[in-house]
Amino acid sequence: MLEAHDLAARRGPLLLFEGLSIRVPAGQALVVQGRNGSGKTTLLRILAGLSQPAAGRVTWHGREVGRHDPVTRADVCFAGHVPALKDELTASENLHALVALAGGGADRPTLRRALADVGLDARRNLPARALSQGQRRRIALARLGIGRQRLWLLDEPATALDADGMALLAALVARHLARDGTLVAATHQPLTLPADRVRTLELG
Amino acid sequence: MSATNQSQRESTAARNLAAVGDNASDRRADEAAVAYGVFAAIRWALVRDLRIAVRSRAELGVQVLFYAIVVSLFPLATSPERNLLQTLGPGVLWVAALLASLLSLPRLFASDFADGTLEQMAISPFPLSALVGGKILAHWLATGLPLALLAPLLGLQYALDGAALGIVAFSLLIGTPILSLVGAIGAALTLATRGGGSLLALLVLPLYVPVLIFGAGSADALRAGLSAAPNLSLLGAGLLVALVGAPLAAAAAVRIALD
Repeated sequence: MLEAHDLAARRGPLLLFEGLSIRVPAGQALVVQGRNGSGKTTLLRILAGLSQPAAGRVTWHGREVGRHDPVTRADVCFAGHVPALKDELTASENLHALVALAGGGADRPTLRRALADVGLDARRNLPARALSQGQRRRIALARLGIGRQRLWLLDEPATALDADGMALLAALVARHLARDGTLVAATHQPLTLPADRVRTLELG
Repeated sequence: MSATNQSQRESTAARNLAAVGDNASDRRADEAAVAYGVFAAIRWALVRDLRIAVRSRAELGVQVLFYAIVVSLFPLATSPERNLLQTLGPGVLWVAALLASLLSLPRLFASDFADGTLEQMAISPFPLSALVGGKILAHWLATGLPLALLAPLLGLQYALDGAALGIVAFSLLIGTPILSLVGAIGAALTLATRGGGSLLALLVLPLYVPVLIFGAGSADALRAGLSAAPNLSLLGAGLLVALVGAPLAAAAAVRIALD
């Protein structure tokens, strides 16, 4: 269960939000909405432990999401609005590097299957610079597919995805929630998620 | 403004975890400390960055060429007198190494910062300082080591004898890792600033001065008929200090840049 108590965040002199408390149990999703600049990304970065909140604290299963706790870190998958791909590496190498960095492991067949699942089988050995924005996003989806993290923090996961990609994302999220995973997503696009598992948070 | 999730549907997994309590999570922490070790982290960064370096070797070539050209400029600009060149040689080889190192430093973190990899590293279960250390090691292998290996060849222009060439190459071999390590702190500190490249030079060059003094001084000592050992020992000591301190400092600077 992801809990945040009395969070406040500011950017420079500007107060983005304060007194924000969140409780997302396993198997549930929280969709964060709000206009541009309302603090969606900031909230996700705080939940991921990347940024420090101005006030309040974040816990994952009772453990503080801190800077030096590999247990919570290994449990969190944060996908920012840039997909962390290296142009020089192939799709397959990029995926492997991301999975390994998150503390997981994946052999060649697993990587290949994950890339095939997101429609990149024919392009798995192409350098990432040869991929389109949508295809780069799909590598991020493949990463979600392989990973074993129980908390997903997705920042605008639907950006640059086509209808097919959106369906893939929805299927991944539905499977994640069905396995008692937890999800917090900041998005403008409406995600098709199981209605009984989703709550919405409006910022700003 | 605030939304509290009132859902009562707590999963069995979450309940079990809560019931088992702190013992289980402590044990998981111990396991995690073993699983996400320093060496695995260094290996991850080293393999990845070396692979990237090999694929973008044109950029590395530019740096090595820069080194070769700067070193070759001095005999052209000063007199071809043997004694003067022999005096200048080690210093020029070292100063050019500093400049070449500055040329490659901004790349150390910039692309990882821009494409979000640095964020992923910062929230990875592996220690960030070890990941950064692996990056620095890869950076040195790709940019510092070639300079040290090239130095004896370029030193021939300065009529340096075998012993002097050997000392210069060896001092570069110990000294260039310090440049990469100390430079990494500067590179991380200037990540979030505008015009980071020139600021980086201002920040890092003064810190390079002791390395330069002991590095170039080792060959001078030899020329004066003294032993190069004190200079090289001090350089080695500096390397050890930088090895321990720099990855930690650079990792802290990376976190500041990301926050």
